[in-house]
Amino acid sequence: MPKDHGIGASSKRREDVRFLTGTGRYTDDINLQGQAYVHFVRSDVAHGTINSIDTSEAENMPGVVRIFTGADFAAVGSIPCGWQVTDRFGEAMQEPAHPVLAQGKVRHVGDPIAAVVAETKEQARDAAEAIVVDIDELPAVVNMKEALADGAPKVHDDLKSNLCYDWGFVEDNKAAVDEAIKNAAHVTTLELVNNRLVANPMEPRVAVGDYGFANDESTLYTTSQNPHVIRLLMGAFVLNIPEHKLRVVAPDVGGGFGTKIFHYAEEAFVTFASRALRRPVKWTSTRSEAFMSDAHGRDHVTKIELALDADNNFTAVRTETYANMGAYLSTFAPSVPTWLHGTLMAGNYKTPLIYVNVKAVFTNTVPVDAYRGAGRPEATFQLERVIDKAARELGVDPIALRRQNFISEFPYATPVAVEYDTGDYTATMDKLEEIMDLSGFEARRKESEAKGKWRGLGVNCYIEACGIAPSNLVGQLGARAGLYDAATVRVNATGSISVMVGAHSHGQGHETTFPQVIAEMIGIDESQVDIVHGDTSKIPFGMGTYGSRSLAVCGSAMVRAAEKVINKAKKIAAHLLEASEADIELKDGKFSVAGTDKECAWGDVTLAAYVPHNYPLEDIEPGLEETAFYDPANFTYPSGAYACEVEVDPDTGKVTIEKFAAADDFGNVVNPMIVEGQVHGGIAQGIGQAMLEGAVYDAEGQLLSASYMDYAMPRADDLPFYIVDHSCATPCTHNPLGVKGCGEAGAIGSPPAVVNAVIDALASGGKNVPHIDMPLTPHRVWKAMNA
Amino acid sequence: MYAFDVTRPKTVDEAVAALSQEDAQALGGGQTLIPTLKQRLASPSALVSLTGIEDMKGVCQDGDTLVIGGGTTHGTVASEGGAYPALAALASNIGDPAVRNRGTIGGSLANNDPSACYPSAALASNATIVTNSREIAADDYFQGLFTTALDEGEIITSVRFPIPQAANYQKFVQPASRFALVGVFVSKHADGVRVAVTGASEDGVFRWSDAEDALSGNFSPDAVDGLTASADGLMTDLHGDAEYRAHLIKVLTKRAVAACQ
Ligand SMILES: Cc1cc2nc3c(=O)[nH]c(=O)nc-3n(C[C@H](O)[C@H](O)[C@H](O)COP(=O)(O)OP(=O)(O)OC[C@H]3O[C@@H](n4cnc5c(N)ncnc54)[C@H](O)[C@@H]3O)c2cc1C
Repeated sequence: MPKDHGIGASSKRREDVRFLTGTGRYTDDINLQGQAYVHFVRSDVAHGTINSIDTSEAENMPGVVRIFTGADFAAVGSIPCGWQVTDRFGEAMQEPAHPVLAQGKVRHVGDPIAAVVAETKEQARDAAEAIVVDIDELPAVVNMKEALADGAPKVHDDLKSNLCYDWGFVEDNKAAVDEAIKNAAHVTTLELVNNRLVANPMEPRVAVGDYGFANDESTLYTTSQNPHVIRLLMGAFVLNIPEHKLRVVAPDVGGGFGTKIFHYAEEAFVTFASRALRRPVKWTSTRSEAFMSDAHGRDHVTKIELALDADNNFTAVRTETYANMGAYLSTFAPSVPTWLHGTLMAGNYKTPLIYVNVKAVFTNTVPVDAYRGAGRPEATFQLERVIDKAARELGVDPIALRRQNFISEFPYATPVAVEYDTGDYTATMDKLEEIMDLSGFEARRKESEAKGKWRGLGVNCYIEACGIAPSNLVGQLGARAGLYDAATVRVNATGSISVMVGAHSHGQGHETTFPQVIAEMIGIDESQVDIVHGDTSKIPFGMGTYGSRSLAVCGSAMVRAAEKVINKAKKIAAHLLEASEADIELKDGKFSVAGTDKECAWGDVTLAAYVPHNYPLEDIEPGLEETAFYDPANFTYPSGAYACEVEVDPDTGKVTIEKFAAADDFGNVVNPMIVEGQVHGGIAQGIGQAMLEGAVYDAEGQLLSASYMDYAMPRADDLPFYIVDHSCATPCTHNPLGVKGCGEAGAIGSPPAVVNAVIDALASGGKNVPHIDMPLTPHRVWKAMNA
Repeated sequence: MYAFDVTRPKTVDEAVAALSQEDAQALGGGQTLIPTLKQRLASPSALVSLTGIEDMKGVCQDGDTLVIGGGTTHGTVASEGGAYPALAALASNIGDPAVRNRGTIGGSLANNDPSACYPSAALASNATIVTNSREIAADDYFQGLFTTALDEGEIITSVRFPIPQAANYQKFVQPASRFALVGVFVSKHADGVRVAVTGASEDGVFRWSDAEDALSGNFSPDAVDGLTASADGLMTDLHGDAEYRAHLIKVLTKRAVAACQ
């Protein structure tokens, strides 16, 4: 029987009570006494020199409190980048300044130029329209290869070129890889685009700055996945506010998907302006602003070559990727195409030689950074597409080709610097074949043909590196921060527990799952445990939520803190039960003395800790509260196999997804229902990328897909019924819960399955199309099949 | 939004009077106009809401004609337009429930979005657009992108659709907006077949006369086989180029005819 509480139970998401009844408290719900509103004047050209900003008329308009321009920020720090990549030649990447408000130049449509603070939102907007900005438009660079050409306009005049870095990984392998490709029995080459995406969380970004002059304290309420990271970046690098004078609060957050990791100019602006004006200042992004100011995702252009020997064993992989950074370096941008992408190029396969080259490029577009999966979807997509292409070229079964090349012994050190601790790729593939009923595919294909449709099957595997990340390793790789996490377990006198966690929950269900773990460890009811998150004044520290790290890293910190609590509680129990500490056992919320019937309840011990009348005060302190920091020893490596069946309408090129299955290995699972929900959401985004979504700029740097009229988000009826399974579990070997992380898997594993399926469908209709770039809109598919 | 006044007259005459003020604009369901105002792309001084005019609402049959009040919502046409099933089906596929419960046929025809659905139905059905001052044949009414025969302040009070012997609307959705990437309305009347195409042309809705001729002689999908819709003057955008749209016109025309059989 499935468990009904603790680890492994599908406990209902307690946070849904407020989310589903409209009683959540989001940043936009925060309205402070005396609050003013800001409206940003943003560039409507992609590249230009600012000649003048005339605010004279606007300043006298009703309700205007103050107008800020770049000049007000000349002495303020640059928005920092959290990662420094070292290039192939040992040089540091080129790192441009990133001002809060434009300093003399604008570099993308949406770049903030000036900001009007007024009594109401509408007054701020009215005045913003009266500001006259005189800009000399400059030629823009949008296409990455053109941006690197000699004589291309430079996004940053003070940099040598538009090349942020030229990274080789592992550079020492390059010659051997080149040689292996030259000598291969077969080489499959594929050029592809990983389409640029806009994350589009349901809740747009919001920031409220609140300065208290009496104690010189600044509070920033913001839609963030990691309030401590914002405090660090904004306090230390931009505004020079020490931690004890800066509080960052991220209350309920309506989805992040990566784009709310980063420190944004608007956050620094409201904090700065509130200090300058001595009143709260609020900014709420419109959806249109979100399209041109939230960091975008993906946007890689790649050439991948897969070399095989005469027996179809993979012998080498070589890639060359152009990765768009946009106009400035967003917080984690440089790490996405490098350490989150190059390290995954082995995939699930024992390819002995791998070389990854990445050229990161500045363009006159919105900055690009991590988006659900960040680097790993890009790695998986190219690898799983090129394997499929190789199978087609060689006339072999794509599943058999994968199985033949699977890594089967663990731990496995890849040629791209990481060591997989566990996995069983054959098991997940077996499971996939079963749940997808692959043996019935040919019959289903016939049924589709009878309806005049071409049916295709696409299969792929994925591996990801989650539980981000061991600090010493990422430090060597260029991270400017540690990536541990922290938790405080505070046991109250009556035995209920508050856990302060550094991870932030914005859809992941932490408020349900974290208590399940504590309840399991102590044997008390889940309802006795609450977590506190999202406020730097309430929690010890934390690096936030991204990279499927919350349970693996912060959950591990919580387990370590709970272990400390339990150890101390056992000491107290030993005292109360007059027994030796070594004989004390904790089970089902009761302490007992081994081999006797002596016992006392959890609540007796916690009460004793806070009312220490009969208490070993000479040996231990009163109270029951412990903090732990946990730094993971390795990444975790969730993996899986995905399958998709599509029908293509030969008349129109329209693709419909008919069947979809995912067999994932997440290690141990705390709440199966929540894990399935995470996989469903991830697949929805993966299918969105594969079928619908694409941020498109024209040659002048105007964003053509700048609203939902042109940017297609997946809707319920675009998506199939999902068959998901996570029963093939090889627990992580190096964290206390044996968990691997599940937040990104769906978005990583699904795009290649969809594209592989469409290519297969076209082949069944006699159209041998080697590749179609995402999104596979009817128009693109029709063009490809009629090329 | 910029500030504006709102009035909610009870009769067409009152509405016409209210619309004679400078920069006043009619407000139907607001499903096009309100987003435009929110983006500050329009700045009327006054909005004259037509939603209080009972005479402009509802669906009724007048012999061989289905008469739809200009203020009738898409939702009402979908549920009460059963006498003209192809039209009711078209209405039931506009936008989402919120849009259908507010958006009106008068607003849609007045706006004449090149990707909207109703213009193809009106043109293919040879409908008559009835305003506060005159009756306009569909063939004279649509005059290009967002352009119609309506004068300033003129109100569509009803639309008269001759009920055809057979009709069908095929909408191929643009993946983002779900307006018509191409939509084809085929309508068979005693005096011949009319084929109207929306979503495709740079000049808005138009009739595909080659197909009309062929289908008037032989109302079967095969009749269209030998034809090609010209890509000249068709739109190219993120979601489809002119050639693709031309191709879809033919595919959808055949499907519409097949669905009529
Ligand atoms: C999310 C969404 C999806 C949509 N999808 C579709 C779709 O798939 N297909 C489709 O066809 N449409 C679609 N629409 C548009 C929708 O049908 C609108 O309702 C319609 O275009 C405008 O009608 P309205 O009553 O809302 O007019 P309003 O927005 O109120 O007005 C539009 C214009 O018409 C004028 N006007 C309004 N009523 C009259 C009248 N009786 N006489 C004269 N002038 C008048 C107004 O002054 C204004 O200029 C969609 C809209 C949205 C928001």
